[in-house]
Amino acid sequence: MDSINSSILTWILLAPLVGAVLVALVPDRAKLPNWIALLTALATFGLTLHLPAHFDLGHGGFQFSINLQWIENPAIFYHVGVDGLSLWLVVLTGLLAPVGVIASWSAIKERRKIFFVLFLLQQTAMFGVFVSLDMMLYYAFWELSLVPMAILIAMYGRKDGPKVALKFFLFTFISSAPLLVAILWLYSKTNSFDFTVLQNDIIVGLVPAEPLCWVSVAFLFAFAVKVPVFPLHGWLADTFSEAPVALAMVVAGKLGLYSMLRFHVGLFPFQARAAAPYLIALAVIGILYGACLALVQQDFWRLLAFAALSHLSLITLGIYGFTYAGSAGAVYQILNHGVVDGALFVLLGALETRYSTSEIAAYGGVAGKLPRAATLFVIASLAMIGLPMLNSFVGEFLILASTFNGVSRSWAVAAALGVILSAAYMLWLVQRVFYGPESELTRSKPAADLHFRELAVLWPLALLMLVMGLAPSYWMPFIEAAVHPQNRHEVRYLDFVVTPNTAPGGGQR
Amino acid sequence: MNPVPDIFRILPEVILTLTGVAVMFIDASLPSTWPRRMLGWVAAIGTVLALWASVWQFSLPEGTGFSGTVETSAFTIFFHVLICGIVLVALLLALDTLPEDSHHQGEYYALIVFGAVGMCLLTGAVELLVVFIALEISSISTYILAGYRKSTGRGPEAAIKYFLLGSFATAFLLYGVALIFGATGTTQIYEIAHLAPTAQNHSFVVAGMALMLVGILFKVSAAPFHVWTPDVYEGAPSPVVALLSTAPKAAAFALLIRVLYEMLPSLRDMWTPLLWAVAVLSMTVGNLAALRQENVKRMLAYSSIAHAGYLLAAFAGFGTSGIAAASFYTAAYAAMNVGIFAVITLVSGYDEKLPMIDDFRGLLYRSPLLGGLLIFFLASLVGIPFTGGFFGKFYSFSAAVNGGAVALAIIGLLNSGLAAAYYLRLTLVIAQHSPAKSDEEIAPAPQVGIAVGAALAFAVIATLILGIAPNEVLHAAENGALTLQAPPVQTTSPGLSAGQLPSQ
Repeated sequence: MDSINSSILTWILLAPLVGAVLVALVPDRAKLPNWIALLTALATFGLTLHLPAHFDLGHGGFQFSINLQWIENPAIFYHVGVDGLSLWLVVLTGLLAPVGVIASWSAIKERRKIFFVLFLLQQTAMFGVFVSLDMMLYYAFWELSLVPMAILIAMYGRKDGPKVALKFFLFTFISSAPLLVAILWLYSKTNSFDFTVLQNDIIVGLVPAEPLCWVSVAFLFAFAVKVPVFPLHGWLADTFSEAPVALAMVVAGKLGLYSMLRFHVGLFPFQARAAAPYLIALAVIGILYGACLALVQQDFWRLLAFAALSHLSLITLGIYGFTYAGSAGAVYQILNHGVVDGALFVLLGALETRYSTSEIAAYGGVAGKLPRAATLFVIASLAMIGLPMLNSFVGEFLILASTFNGVSRSWAVAAALGVILSAAYMLWLVQRVFYGPESELTRSKPAADLHFRELAVLWPLALLMLVMGLAPSYWMPFIEAAVHPQNRHEVRYLDFVVTPNTAPGGGQR
Repeated sequence: MNPVPDIFRILPEVILTLTGVAVMFIDASLPSTWPRRMLGWVAAIGTVLALWASVWQFSLPEGTGFSGTVETSAFTIFFHVLICGIVLVALLLALDTLPEDSHHQGEYYALIVFGAVGMCLLTGAVELLVVFIALEISSISTYILAGYRKSTGRGPEAAIKYFLLGSFATAFLLYGVALIFGATGTTQIYEIAHLAPTAQNHSFVVAGMALMLVGILFKVSAAPFHVWTPDVYEGAPSPVVALLSTAPKAAAFALLIRVLYEMLPSLRDMWTPLLWAVAVLSMTVGNLAALRQENVKRMLAYSSIAHAGYLLAAFAGFGTSGIAAASFYTAAYAAMNVGIFAVITLVSGYDEKLPMIDDFRGLLYRSPLLGGLLIFFLASLVGIPFTGGFFGKFYSFSAAVNGGAVALAIIGLLNSGLAAAYYLRLTLVIAQHSPAKSDEEIAPAPQVGIAVGAALAFAVIATLILGIAPNEVLHAAENGALTLQAPPVQTTSPGLSAGQLPSQ
């Protein structure tokens, strides 16, 4: 078992890559690429499940670590490992891979080989971002994750692929240029790219403080574009409406939010605290702005994009509130958002394949034709809104309650308004698409209800929403171990006083 | 005194010269109806031998030959191997792409090999007159090669433009040499290094350096001496551009490193801001101009100007780290650029019926192999991790940051974001579906022969190795950098001592 524990992360990184090579080698016949991609995704998901099964909760810090020298000068290490923060994100990435393959099963009709090769490459890049503990390795995977995404958007874009791909790529690529300079600058001061070493060096003050402020801003900027945080969300709506479903559902959110928690808050705790008031303000603006724009969208992909902006801003609020419950809620909410958005994307993708439009006005009364889709969509929408007993409730409640008690009442009230608005746009969407009189389109175009493949991924996701809503105590201990004030790095070193706050997340039900 | 026979110091050059002569001789004695293709193989074998000879030079003790005019050291061997490797790829590429019925095939191969002689000699020369001779040998060969497609108007135009501007630049270089000779009374680089700081007419040294820089920066096509690049790249045949955009530049960068770090480290305070400005100008001008290009070769020409800028950023670094970064970048740039021009040669054909970006539409479906390779090389040019381009940029900018030029690194990386726009534009065009009219009508799927396949494989493997396992090459570059010091007759100036390095 030890040998597995000490190599599991390498296997998780390699598995999609091996699958990609296999897909590239087989002939494009009889859905063979699809099957290989599906099996690879399932196998990888299986591998990721090894992590929570063997994670030692009592042991702080990183587990399943591998630390091998990659490049001698400058010293870059293949240093990977997971803690409570990244653990579930790795599993979530693994879970969404088969979902993505199924979502693309009939949507991707041509050039399947290229699609699945790039899709699997994207998986490796995302796993790499979550497990890397060496800044250069992390940066390498961070950049790598852009390429398959951009090419796939260009190839499969619905209307304006190449333009949107370019926009997406430039937004993220240019914003990560300062990030690389910042990493290099840190290296020139500390002679290390290693996350834990850097964390120590920065806390004990080995790095001059004034430039450090700029370094932290460079980090934050790169991550804020990726999340996205208002006003850097320019790429989001276009990308959501152009990207293939399997990629759109992973493009926003978790990579950027994880990086914020790990590398901004984690590396520069004091600078992050100094930046927090601005970020809280931007987050609340983002919540409301996203929700208001979602209300008026004509296209359901764009609606989902602005809804995502709103929900991701809420998570940002949780992160930069610097409260224990808020951080725990934020991490949990990243997972919830991944699951719920994944399900919504699959469902809307299924609608679009059947009716070949994403214009909300064209739909109406679909529930009569596709009752199963309607049921599942309602469940996912309710989960997104934050209905009690479903998963988002837990996360949103933790974030809002901790903001109310620990940060500022007025911001919390404003943010709660966004949650109400989210009920408005989601339920209105459900009503316009699934209920009401049958539209011209739904009447004239015969469409089959969800078939077995789609149900096989959607029901488990729906079940997961329920379980995550009812029993967060299964997930919370892992997350709490990572974000607990006692385990905050700067606290361990400097005995930093953390804002006293509400009870920890697990006990809130 | 010197136990190593002088001839061993220039063994690769000797082998290349003999190969070139042999190729011309066989060409002249073969009946005119016989195919000339085998001459290419002769040249390739000669280049492999020269490559081997360069590696063999590791067994020689470091030192100079021919009364201190040429040197063998880890530095020269690094660049010899690099240049011979590029020339080998260029020859293999030409073997499959030169039209069978073209005249002067023999001369073509011979000129490439003679050019290689000049470039190799340039990296080994430690005497300014030998430097000049080597530069001329390599330049004259490349002038002729640039105009090889005489049937089109652009070929001769490119050659004449390149020749006129090139000779002008060489004249600048020569004038600079003369001034430095006037100030120090010698043309031997080590001696200049010792004499220059205390030279009586110090302003002559400074002026000489400035003039030499003009000549060298012209050769590496750095702004503002870059105007020849797009026209020449557009007019010259693509297999020649594959060579032209890499090997002479590698040699010129080696010379630049030698002149600045070995000969005139005492003027570091003067040439650092100068190169800072040239680097920023090159990348910005190159990238901005490349954004608007419709012709692929012109776009890549401007991109190569930008890359010269990224490379010059490494010169902001101190001693070893700067030299090593510049050497590494040269190698990475050469690997990906020779690869990308190889693919373009195959796609556009020797006659270049399809030179525009739009002509590449749907290449990924017409020929998945070439389309995939082109995307791969473009990704490397962008600087995507796990390719050579990434580490090239990485080392260059980290040298700059270590040397304190944080602003330069930021400008450079923002520029590389800008550059991503046009590389990506081509990538997306390649990945896009062709227009409805039949693909075959536009272009038949290009064929990949054995020789050119080997050339491509070589370039791909080199780019991947530089991106995934760069340790060996980096070691070689560092060892080279360490040898690059004038032998200590008296204490040399700061900036060269290894103990001062911030890294390691």
